Amino acid sequence: MSGARPIIRVEEARLSFGGVRAVDGVSLSVARGSITGLIGPNGAGKSSLFNIIAGRYRPTAGRVLLEGEDVTGLPPHALFARGLCRTFQIPAEFGQLTVRENLMVVPAGQSGERIWNAWFARKRMLEEEEAIGRRADSVLEFLRLSHVAGELACRLSGGQKKLLELGRTMMAEPKVVLLDEIGAGVNKTLLAELAEDIRRLNRERGITFFLIEHDMELIGRLCDHVVCMAEGRILVEGSAAAVRSDPRVLDAYLGGGRAAA
Amino acid sequence: MDQATLGLLLYVLGLANLAAIYAVMALGLNLNWGVTGLFNAGVAGFFAVGAYTSVILTAPDSPHFLGGFDLPLPVGMVAAMLVSGLIALAIGAATIRLRSDYLAIGTIGIAEILRLVLKNEEWLTNGVRGITTIPRPFVAETALVSELSYLAMTLAILLVLYVLLEAALNSPWGRMMRAIRDSETTAAAAGKNVDARRLEAFVLGSMLMGLGGALFAHYLRYIGPEATEPVTTTFLVWVMLIAGGSGNNRGAILGAFVIWTIWSATELLTRQLPPEWAVRASYLRIFLIGLLLQVVLQRYSRGLLPERNPAERGATGPQDRTL
Repeated sequence: MSGARPIIRVEEARLSFGGVRAVDGVSLSVARGSITGLIGPNGAGKSSLFNIIAGRYRPTAGRVLLEGEDVTGLPPHALFARGLCRTFQIPAEFGQLTVRENLMVVPAGQSGERIWNAWFARKRMLEEEEAIGRRADSVLEFLRLSHVAGELACRLSGGQKKLLELGRTMMAEPKVVLLDEIGAGVNKTLLAELAEDIRRLNRERGITFFLIEHDMELIGRLCDHVVCMAEGRILVEGSAAAVRSDPRVLDAYLGGGRAAA
Repeated sequence: MDQATLGLLLYVLGLANLAAIYAVMALGLNLNWGVTGLFNAGVAGFFAVGAYTSVILTAPDSPHFLGGFDLPLPVGMVAAMLVSGLIALAIGAATIRLRSDYLAIGTIGIAEILRLVLKNEEWLTNGVRGITTIPRPFVAETALVSELSYLAMTLAILLVLYVLLEAALNSPWGRMMRAIRDSETTAAAAGKNVDARRLEAFVLGSMLMGLGGALFAHYLRYIGPEATEPVTTTFLVWVMLIAGGSGNNRGAILGAFVIWTIWSATELLTRQLPPEWAVRASYLRIFLIGLLLQVVLQRYSRGLLPERNPAERGATGPQDRTL
């Protein structure tokens, strides 16, 4: 974790809901160009930490730095503009839009998003639309969703919705992507391909990935570095193999802190 | 032409005029609710602001209310839209972050405040007595020509609005607004400034409600506090949009014409009632319209002309897509 400045740095982040401390003083770094995993039992605070980093919740205390700049409390759309993208654990697609439209919404700076241009600068708008449409088609092909491009997104299966979540991040030009359990509900063969795709995006485009995942095999295959959370705190971090064999991790998953290691 | 035919024709033209005016407001509400998912329950407020703005700017001088500007009618109408839009901007800045049902309560409250202000500020609006010196364009020798000319104007306005709104709905702008409606969280994560866009849709929709108010006042040549009752504006416009098909501009227009026709017919019906019932007639009409909405929604759960995504392939899904 040493060397270059981390792309994401969280300092002493805390988040409380009423009396529940979902995130209880977490500090971590995600190295630029890495694929970093975040694991931990249910209720460990993983998604809450993601929500803090992605600007959905403002932390009760602590700071979030993106490329060295303090971005604590910035809204999600401002973070998106700075190159941070995320997926949701429970897919939240645009249900009454087609699958293809779901992707076409994403690119920033579309001239046709100004109503004035939609009326009076149609030529430019239509040219952009064609380019964005082509990009959406290639992402759909990449995700093996081309056959449902024209379906309303609400009709997709759970696994397909997960893919669409990933597709949204691919339509942006992100520096860092937060993936919240992208594998859950996706079939094994496809998941293996997805893992390859993530690796490729990471290697070829230098996109940093920070991902929550329960599938330890996938974590082992993908991640350079793994962080394990439990009860709102960081329990262990290190290489996938080291974290996996750490008795405290096993204990957190199985015993909830009762049994001695 | 004999008197009976002429009377019927005038009745139909009057009906069409008011239906077209309501259609303008239904298009505005569709922009709010159908496209962006904003529960604007303050239609009456924006309607009233638009009506009084245009009237005050165009009416001749009077000791009873603020006036004497004598501006031409198009100026009044544009001002009606601008003032409604500005008020919506101020209201929206305070309430747009509220989620659906809270926004509804907020807008109901503010619409009532606007209405009561207009009712009580006599120097401005002549209070409960209302204003009767409103200019009307195209007044001709015969009522028939007057009615026809006004209808041509409202239909032309309606057509222009329809074309503009369809173009907007089918552009990246409309796609983004529908995305915000379907999931604000995801739209924000996809880089859209959700609050600013909701405010934009709220203002644009409210401007159309203001325009509706102006068209209404110049048509009837009278505006008083009772014309801005929530029942005859907010309630009816909502019924029009929901029955016609929320999310569909054509549905909004169809809903306005169908519901206004039925609303007017219920008046013929309640007129037949014995006198001791007559005082309850207005409530009976609301009851009938509510009942009708229930019946329509049983058969057409998403309105007569449901939202139809032109990008969608196939089109026949499990949902009710008939008609």
